[in-house]
Amino acid sequence: MHDNNLAQIWVYLSTSPLLGLTMTLIAYGLAYRLYVWARFNPLLNPVVTAVGLLIALLLLTKTPYRDYFAGGQFVHFLLGPATVALAIPLYRQFGKLKTLWLPVLVALLVGVTVGGASAVGIAWVLGADSQTLLSLAPKSVTAPVAMGIAERVGGIPSLTAVLVVMTGIVGAVFGTKLFDLMRIRDDSVRGIAMGVAAHGIGTARAFQVSAEMGAFAGLAMALSAFVASVLLPWLLGWMR
Amino acid sequence: MSPNFLNGITLLLVYQLVGEVIARLMSLPVPGPVIGMVLLFLTLLLRNGLEQVVEPAASALLSHLSLLFVPAGVGVMVHFGRIGDQWLPISAALLFGTLITLAVTALVMLGVQRLMGKGRSDNA
Repeated sequence: MHDNNLAQIWVYLSTSPLLGLTMTLIAYGLAYRLYVWARFNPLLNPVVTAVGLLIALLLLTKTPYRDYFAGGQFVHFLLGPATVALAIPLYRQFGKLKTLWLPVLVALLVGVTVGGASAVGIAWVLGADSQTLLSLAPKSVTAPVAMGIAERVGGIPSLTAVLVVMTGIVGAVFGTKLFDLMRIRDDSVRGIAMGVAAHGIGTARAFQVSAEMGAFAGLAMALSAFVASVLLPWLLGWMR
Repeated sequence: MSPNFLNGITLLLVYQLVGEVIARLMSLPVPGPVIGMVLLFLTLLLRNGLEQVVEPAASALLSHLSLLFVPAGVGVMVHFGRIGDQWLPISAALLFGTLITLAVTALVMLGVQRLMGKGRSDNA
């Protein structure tokens, strides 16, 4: 009788968005606490830990991703208004941006091209198939835009979403270390590079470093979304 | 929920909505939220007071921006097969491609800044 009740509760929970949403918040809460405890060591980026915890949980309970996403989509949805909200830090850094518009523009055009070409080039040399290549091309672009690009060029949008997140994690984990090694200290330069190469996850990391780096990363992410949605399909068509 | 927070999130959604409608009407390749961001930015330049209205909601969303990527990240489990088969090209492209992009973008921006600095050093 008791087991039967538990089974019924599980049947209810596994089909309701409540569980997926709550688990997402709990996993992120734990991951974030670990990150704070480790004094913001970039290797313990909360996205990595939270994703790992959730995948382990879903595999253990044999829950399909689709059922999880029924709840996860409420968090995922907020990417839209959060993108709009980037106008605020952008507005606050507008004074500095006005003096830097030319270097920013050139860096964006080159950065977006290199972002697509380096991913496709490396994977092609190492023998990835064409669908993987086309899904990799927009990996540095913010998720909703990258998925749109993948769809248009013949990649797999859901694979692109994952590659985009993994790219963001690489940028967030290694970005600041790389800049230190290269002795690049200017937060506007670091922010622009982070936004072009590692979109929103890089931007989130940049905001932890400074408001200026975050604002420039957010700006670069938004502008490179524009540039990439025009440039990448054209480049890929030309490369064929 | 404070009225400010509510006004802020409403305004963000209105801008996103307008952005989506414009993107579709003009069949732009750029997604709605990005257009919404540009429109909100332009509005902020015209109306100073708006910053206080949007600020609470905006900083709530932006202070935990990484959380919002978690559900998409969990999607990696759907592609374990393909990623396992092509793990070398994929991981090399992710790691080295991203590091190259970070380095090149930063160096290009520094380079152009230096060129410009030389060009008008007498003004400085």
